[in-house]
Parts: sequence; C-alpha cells; structure tokens
Amino acid sequence: MRIVGDLQYAEDALQEACAQAAREWGDAGVPLNPQGWLVTVARRRAIDRFRSLSAASRRERSLWDRALSWDTEPDDAPIPDDRLRLIFTCCHPALAREVQVALTLHVVGGLTTAEIASAFMVSDSTMGQRITRGKRKIREAHIAYRVPDDEDLPTRLESVLATIYLIFTTGYLAPTGSSPVRVDLLDEALRLADVLAELLPDCAEVLGLAALMHLTDARRATRLDMGGLPIDLEHQDRTLWNSDEISLGLTLLSRARNCDEPGPYQLQAAIAAVHARASDAEHTDWAMIATLYDGLYALTPSPVVALNRAVAIGLSRGPLVGLALIDEPELEASLRRHHRYHVVRGHLLELSGDARGARRAWDQALELPMSAHERTALLEHRAALGLDEVR
Amino acid sequence: MRYMLIIRNGEDHPRPGDERWDQLMADYGAFSAQLASYGTPFSGDPLAPPDTATTVRVKNGETLVTDGPFAETKEWFSGYYILDVESLDQALMAAGMVPSAQWGSVEVRPVMDM
Repeated sequence: MRIVGDLQYAEDALQEACAQAAREWGDAGVPLNPQGWLVTVARRRAIDRFRSLSAASRRERSLWDRALSWDTEPDDAPIPDDRLRLIFTCCHPALAREVQVALTLHVVGGLTTAEIASAFMVSDSTMGQRITRGKRKIREAHIAYRVPDDEDLPTRLESVLATIYLIFTTGYLAPTGSSPVRVDLLDEALRLADVLAELLPDCAEVLGLAALMHLTDARRATRLDMGGLPIDLEHQDRTLWNSDEISLGLTLLSRARNCDEPGPYQLQAAIAAVHARASDAEHTDWAMIATLYDGLYALTPSPVVALNRAVAIGLSRGPLVGLALIDEPELEASLRRHHRYHVVRGHLLELSGDARGARRAWDQALELPMSAHERTALLEHRAALGLDEVR
Repeated sequence: MRYMLIIRNGEDHPRPGDERWDQLMADYGAFSAQLASYGTPFSGDPLAPPDTATTVRVKNGETLVTDGPFAETKEWFSGYYILDVESLDQALMAAGMVPSAQWGSVEVRPVMDM
C-alpha cells in the first residue's frame, strides 16, 4: 500500500499478481510464503504501472510522489504491516462507519461490491458509490496509509474494533437469505478479527473482541429456529454449541486477561464465557455475570448495559433487587419506549410472584413496536401462565 | 498537503468584552505558537461577525448585491487556518487544538492543487 499510495492501483496490482500466481503456481507449485510472494509481485507491478504513466497524468498524481517518498523500508518488509496499515486506513475515523465497513470488507476482506451490497441489503450501485466515495476521500483528503502512533492507537483501534464487530452483529442478526451471492458476514468478521489478533497479539481488546465473537459464534447452529427466527439464549440446545470454538474463545480470553488491561469487549467476552460454561440455562452463574456487568457498566454506562445488569442482579440476588434498579427513573425514562424494558420487567415481576404486575408490564410491551415473532412468543408465554384470567 | 480549517462558532462562544474573551485570545496565541514550534507552515485570520456580510451574485451579466446572509444556523463561519502538513491525521490533530472548537466546530478540508 505505502509504495503506491493509491488504493485502486494497489488493488489492481494485487489482482494482476493473483492472476500471475494462478498461472505460475500451476507450473511450479505454491511458493513457501505465498502471501509475501504475492505482495512482492504486486509491488513490482505497481511500480511498472507507475513508470508507464504519461508525464501529464503523473503531474495529476503529484500525491504519489509523496506517498512514494514515505516508503523507506526495503522490499522484503514484513507483510503483516501492510495488512495492518490497510485495516487502519479503511477504518479511519474520518470515514463514516458505513464506509469503513464497506471498505474493510472490500479492500481487506476481498469481497466484491455485489457481495457486500447483498449482505447489507442495498443496491449494487449504492454500495459501489459508497466504496468509491471512501476511496476518493482516502486519496483526496490524504488519509495516511500507516499504523497510528502509540499515542493515537487506542482511539484508532476503537474504530477498527467497532467496524469489525458491526460486521459480525449484522451477520448474526441477518435472516438466512436466499440471495444467490450471499456472503456470510459472520465468517468474514471472524476472519478479520483473527487476522487482527494475529497482527496485534498483545492488544487486550483485540483479543477480547476475537474471544467475544468466537464465543458468540459457537452458538451459530442454535441461534435461529427452522423458520429462521431467533431463539433466546435460554432456549437454545446447548449440546449443539460448537465446543472447539468455545475453547478457542476461552483461550483468546485468557490471553487477553494476561495483558491486564480490561475493556468492554473482554468483559462482554467474559459474560459470553459464563454462558458457554453453563451446562444449561438453569446453571448459569448469574452472580458472576452481574459482577461482570458491574465492570461493563463502569466502562460503558449505557441504558442497555444498565438493563442487562439489572437482569443479572435480579437473577442472582433476587427479583426485587433487580426491579429496584429497573425502576430507577433515569433508566425508565431512557428505555420506556423500548419493548424489551417492559418484557424484562415483566419477567422479574413474574419471578417475584407479582403476576398482576407482570401482566401490566407485558401489556405495556405489547403496545410498543416489536417483531411479530417476539409478539407471538410474549402472548404465548402470558397465556401459558394463565395470566389472561388475572384481573 | 494543505488543509483549510474552517472554524464555526456556536451560540455560547465567548464574545469581545466577555470575561472569557481574554483567555480565548491567549489560547489562540498559544495555538499559533505551537504550530510554529512544529515547523508547520500556516496562515489564517478571524472574520468579522456575519451581520457585516454582503453577498454578490452575477445573474445574466448583472451584478446583484445583497445584505447578508444572516446566519440562520446556530454556528457561523468565524475564521480559518490553512496548514501545510503531511497527512489528514496532523490536520485533524491541529483542528482539535483550535480553541473555538470547544464552542463550535472545525471543518477540515483538503486544499485542491490546481
């Protein structure tokens, strides 16, 4: 990247190198370090093309001269740096999140515009424009292709991690579509997280995010029912959870812990780990989860985290303790327009033996927008408890 | 690479005569000194408030002069810097050091080389 300083040229050069690779590997077998070899070839190609540019277009590309002059490292510079530079450039905070996501999948993940468009359910032309706009801004605003200094690293890394996690959650929530060019965003996001964990093996939150994603992804087979609708954690068949992926997640998490720099992704991963370790929903260590949510709330005091914390406290220290937190005016004010607040409140009321209160909470939830699936589930739950007769 | 920092003041920005004004001026002095200490070539000026603005348009060869525009938005263009730095990151860092950014915004735009 550094050596050409222009995303489009770098990509073209890489594609040419891949084409050449396909030709040569057929004859001579795969080189020992295929990636290093590819980048070396791509670099030579880019320089060739740069040399072949006419004088006029060279003047237009005066930026390149500066980009070229930055390159002080020898040709055999370590490859991981290039990928890291690419990731940080695509996720630069000067780019909108949707642009970061599109560029990361396209440039780092190698997905086509059509594949990304289909994954995010937008038209090819919309996605094409988004990618073009991102590349143009990188070029024209002169976003540097480099790994940020130690001083800027934490904030810049936040942006990278948020982008990768957004790709993951989009994939996790996406309906299993029937589009012919469907790409599994879960796989793409996991691959990106693994690459990042390999490139930054001592960054606690990088390991934390990879751990969180693997521990969550371990439930992939059970996250949707036959009709493609989400299944609650509580009702998932845990025997179908992927134990290899759980071990991988736990290993990543313990490596993160050794860094001794707790962060939100590590805490969320630790919460996922508690669920992963429980043989069934009944045996969940809610006290541990409540402690972890205390930590998460201290770092990221959002209403949603507050609600989850209240639930965990309610399930470990008694429903009334949880309800007291849920009923705090500040939390009520920020979440009362969200059905989940009332659903959760209803469940804690039910646990406390207040069937009437639970019914009232669920009535409030049913007045708010929620998916048809959730509505049906809530109505069924209410009917199963015989609360329809309670007045 | 040159960038323009376009400074917009928000409603609660200090005004001349405010007790915060002298401090603001001192902060701008310190900001200029810091840019100079980095060896960054720069220029810049503050602008008089928007009620001093006059707009000129040319329609069908005729020059029209109108009073205004009077700022309808809550932030008004109050000054600019042009910096010559290596990359956007440095321009963004400088933008974050502009004292008025606390009560408004600083837009960072690359200057096109023509």
